[in-house]
Amino acid sequence: MTRITAWRRHPLARYAVLIFALALVGMAYTAFVQVGKPADAALASGRVDDVAEGKALFELHCSSCHGLNAQGISGKAPTLIGVGAAAVDFQVSTGRMPAADSGAQAPRKPEHRWVNPDSIRKLGAYVQSLGGGPQVPGKEQVDAKLGDAGKGGELFRANCIQCHNWVGAGGALTQGKYAPNLNQASPTQIYEAMITGPQAMPVFNDSTITPEEKRSMIAYITSVREQTDPGGFGLGRIGPVTEGLVAWIAGLSALALAAIWITAKKRQKS
Amino acid sequence: MSELTTVPKAIGGPSNFLDERLGAGNFLKRNLRKVFPDHWSFLLGEIALYSFVILLLTGTFLTFWFKPSMAEIAYDGSYAPLKGVMMSQAYASSLELSFDVRGGLLMRQMHHWAALMFVAGMTVHALRVFFTGAYRKPRELNWLIGVGLLTLALLEGLTGYSLPDDLLSGAGLRITEGVAISLPLVGTYVTFFLFGGEYPGEDVVSRFYSLHILLIPGIILALVSAHMVLMWTQKHTQMPGKNRNNHNVVGAPFYPAFMAKAGAYFLFTFAVVAGLATFAQINPIWLFGPYTPADVSAGSQPDFYMGFLEGALRIMVPWEINLFGTSHAGTLPLSVIIPALVPMGIIMTGLALYPFLERWVTGDKREHHFAERPRNNPHRTAIGMTAITFYGVLWLLGANDEISANFHISLNVTTYAGRVLIFLAPALAYLITYRICLGLQRYDAGVVSHGVESGVIKRLPHGEYIELHTPPHEDIEAHVRGKEPVLMLPAAPDSAGIPPKGMRGPLGKLRARMSKAYGGEKIPLGDGHAHGEGHEEEEHAAIGAGDDHSLTR
Amino acid sequence: MTDNEHEIEQPDERVPRRVIGTPAPGTSMLGAPEREDVEVEIPGVTLQDEQKARKAEKIVALCFTVTFLAAIAFIISYVYFQVGSPESTGVSNLALGSTLTVALLGLAVGIVIWVRMIMPKYSLVQERHPMVSAEETRGVVAETFIQGANESGFVKRKLLRRTLLLAAAPLGLLPVVLLRDLDNSKMPGAAFNKTLRHTVWGEKTKDGKPRRLVVEGTGQPIRAADFNSPGGILSVVPDGYQHDLNALAKATLILIKFRPEEIKSGTNQNWTHDGIVAYSKICTHVGCPAALYEQTTHHILCPCHQSTFDAADGAKVIFGPAARPLPQLPITVDGEGFLVAKGDFNVPPGPSYWERGDAEAEARSKGGQA
Repeated sequence: MTRITAWRRHPLARYAVLIFALALVGMAYTAFVQVGKPADAALASGRVDDVAEGKALFELHCSSCHGLNAQGISGKAPTLIGVGAAAVDFQVSTGRMPAADSGAQAPRKPEHRWVNPDSIRKLGAYVQSLGGGPQVPGKEQVDAKLGDAGKGGELFRANCIQCHNWVGAGGALTQGKYAPNLNQASPTQIYEAMITGPQAMPVFNDSTITPEEKRSMIAYITSVREQTDPGGFGLGRIGPVTEGLVAWIAGLSALALAAIWITAKKRQKS
Repeated sequence: MSELTTVPKAIGGPSNFLDERLGAGNFLKRNLRKVFPDHWSFLLGEIALYSFVILLLTGTFLTFWFKPSMAEIAYDGSYAPLKGVMMSQAYASSLELSFDVRGGLLMRQMHHWAALMFVAGMTVHALRVFFTGAYRKPRELNWLIGVGLLTLALLEGLTGYSLPDDLLSGAGLRITEGVAISLPLVGTYVTFFLFGGEYPGEDVVSRFYSLHILLIPGIILALVSAHMVLMWTQKHTQMPGKNRNNHNVVGAPFYPAFMAKAGAYFLFTFAVVAGLATFAQINPIWLFGPYTPADVSAGSQPDFYMGFLEGALRIMVPWEINLFGTSHAGTLPLSVIIPALVPMGIIMTGLALYPFLERWVTGDKREHHFAERPRNNPHRTAIGMTAITFYGVLWLLGANDEISANFHISLNVTTYAGRVLIFLAPALAYLITYRICLGLQRYDAGVVSHGVESGVIKRLPHGEYIELHTPPHEDIEAHVRGKEPVLMLPAAPDSAGIPPKGMRGPLGKLRARMSKAYGGEKIPLGDGHAHGEGHEEEEHAAIGAGDDHSLTR
Repeated sequence: MTDNEHEIEQPDERVPRRVIGTPAPGTSMLGAPEREDVEVEIPGVTLQDEQKARKAEKIVALCFTVTFLAAIAFIISYVYFQVGSPESTGVSNLALGSTLTVALLGLAVGIVIWVRMIMPKYSLVQERHPMVSAEETRGVVAETFIQGANESGFVKRKLLRRTLLLAAAPLGLLPVVLLRDLDNSKMPGAAFNKTLRHTVWGEKTKDGKPRRLVVEGTGQPIRAADFNSPGGILSVVPDGYQHDLNALAKATLILIKFRPEEIKSGTNQNWTHDGIVAYSKICTHVGCPAALYEQTTHHILCPCHQSTFDAADGAKVIFGPAARPLPQLPITVDGEGFLVAKGDFNVPPGPSYWERGDAEAEARSKGGQA
């Protein structure tokens, strides 16, 4: 027996092959995966000194992509003139900006070390000073308790679920982009996303969907995501795909095991 | 602990009553000890059977509350986030079932899980029957009934899925409408008749309701009974093994052992369905909202058994033909018709015709009562794997948006990959399966001709080390030796060089060639590695007597 | 799993005494003479060791007791746990479901242990017989059939036979006729096409004004000046039909606001207002509402089958199975500055059907832009 044959017959060989195959699949997968991309941008309200400090922060952390005067660099990043403080607050507080690399979409990620409410406010004040734009909403504007979840649900279904799914679990868009899961988004961030249209998301301005209506949508989103799943584990709340997987993997395997147990033979010595 | 010596009165009395009126004794005498072969895979069909029973039970419970009406009402039930929302009565009553009836949610979820297990059980059962050739004569009729049942199950699932009238089920209904209206010539008629006018109308839920709870389950029940009766009269197939042949059936008697096992398996199925309904939420309609044709959610999906149709629709290319230009007729939306009809047609027609095609190719008119091991008919097994791969690729692509969203692969890449894989993967599956089957046959031949590895290493006088082989356990050997060559048509021309009747003409020649490829013995059992046959015999004798534990797992 | 402890014993009294039987002739289900199913016992009945069986009995008894207790717990849970909110329903579902599962599982496991550890193990052999009936029987059946056919006179009496067939033919058609009214509108089939081509956008309001576009969900009319953020989108329904599902299934729109320079030649500029474009939301593939809009790429994606349309370029198809662009609705503003429809779509919205024809070419030939 050659050494290879010996290896092939080793009791662990089948597991080794399995692991090797899995590794191959994994590598093939990584080849297809999209890496993250710079998106549009960022925002706050503030005083004059905020603007100055914000400008300094901007030059340090943002200007390499968006240009020294936030005018944007063609092919790299869009202009930030007129995006407003709300956009800055959304992008920076969710960790999307500064972007790590240029993929199809900038994902939510942990904030950078220099990012804190104070620095975001200053950065926002600077960007706001460049050309106006949507402001960061006030506390009351995003208070879910003041909203009407029923009404908000109707608006949510009309405007949001086609990308974000019934409960905000997210979904796929074209060419590697995706609508993110809303579970981690704070009410303020949800509001800001609607008025600024970050990345591929369209804008829902306040004159067509009023601030009260937006607050109701926030009320619906937060109430549903906090709601317990009465029927057991929610299976990601993404619909029949996971249900089918559970039926086959858990249900059918359990029954196959039961069948094997019922019919198992004790082999007699003959 | 005493044992019975006479039939107890409580049983004897009614039995006597029945026997005097029905002659039930004759039937029981024949059937109480009916033999059922034991193999775990023979129980897979029972999953579907018992799921159907559960569906009837839970479904009846649901009908007590469900209102199949599309009349619009403002919701006034317990579920707060939908309070005051306009919705159909069907949806409102499904919400009532979920939140205002004790045990209602459990029953709804059990019904849905049982539906998934019903189709999944049928699928694996059909695969078991296919891969073991258990559809062969005399069981072709039962196979056809099975194919009919599978089709009806899909229809039953489709109608049931649409009943709650939530936003997800409505999306499914809309796609159903889009497919129906695309049919050439009759499309508009079919949809206007089905929906009582324009889509969605106010009738489809009540119409689907009567189909779902009366007509289709009635037919299914009748076919299931026929399926059972045929199985009972024809007796179950068995795996090859010791003492087994094509003219007998070996196994446990129906009463008491098999009856108890079957009863236990029913309870297991029931328990698994109940367990899933307890711990895994299914179809949370309250999250979806009421149906409106104006909205749809990301990740709208059918239940798994419709996934292959969804996948076919997704990977299709945008083809549409207007046969007569601008005149009001002749539009063929191929990007709907092809994916909606062709894969379903290939799979269902293929399933239905396979026993007859195989018989036509092999010329095998014998009765078969052995469950053939898949490796011993490599072409059939390869064809089966090809079909599974075809179905599997479509099924997978039916979830490509979820795959894209959760694994961050571009949606477009998944579609392009699907368009290639749908042709490439089945072909590869065929080749690979065929090779694996031959390899396993070779392994079997090895086991029969020189036994299995014993784990004992022996040093020969001249210094060579060899591993001793030990003869297989007789059960295993009988199992392996149950192999029969696949029959071939006698295609050799006679002395005058004229091929036999039926082998002439292009079709006949094709048949002869297919028969030659499909049939025959690929790796005869005697054909192991024939080295050192002589001294291995001795070693068998040397260790065979003492220790054969390595085989008796 | 080798069970080496028992040598094969002869069946003793715990094995049914009469496993070999020669049943007397009876009648089978299909009426053929009873076949004799000879049962032969294979040597090697394995009895369960009595001591082990006694132990198994205890386990089985425990399983059955668990079932008993779980069933009681189910009843108690039903009485105790009320439903209503997701939370309370969740608790009730968990209590009822888990007790039911345990009850069923207990019984199932108990029975399996019973079969495996207490009942004796042995195999029976039964003969199989070919399914085909004896040649003689078939002869008799054939004769009977011929005799019966002749007795009936069906073959000989042509008039009888032909009128019977004549009588049967329309009877088979009755169900088809009866089902004609499944279409409640009872319109002739030729009218289906006309219906499908028409949406409520083509109708003026009761007071003869053009129909306004209103926001889905709020019912508010849209002032063009308010819908002023480029990259904005709205789901729009016809005023007065917010809850008419039949109307919505054809007439729902997506309204998109562009910067003027973004709009490409495929879009009919005359049908837009100040960079606002309205497309049918109903996908031209199989009719899902296609409304995933990416403001950066101007892609409209249908979530059902991923047809992708370029909103800036007349919603032409750039990916996926849909074969036609989303129809564009001509819009303008009324005297108060609200968006209204100028008229109906010039092609039927939604999925294709046989009678649709090449409506785009038809519209072009009439001088419009499809």
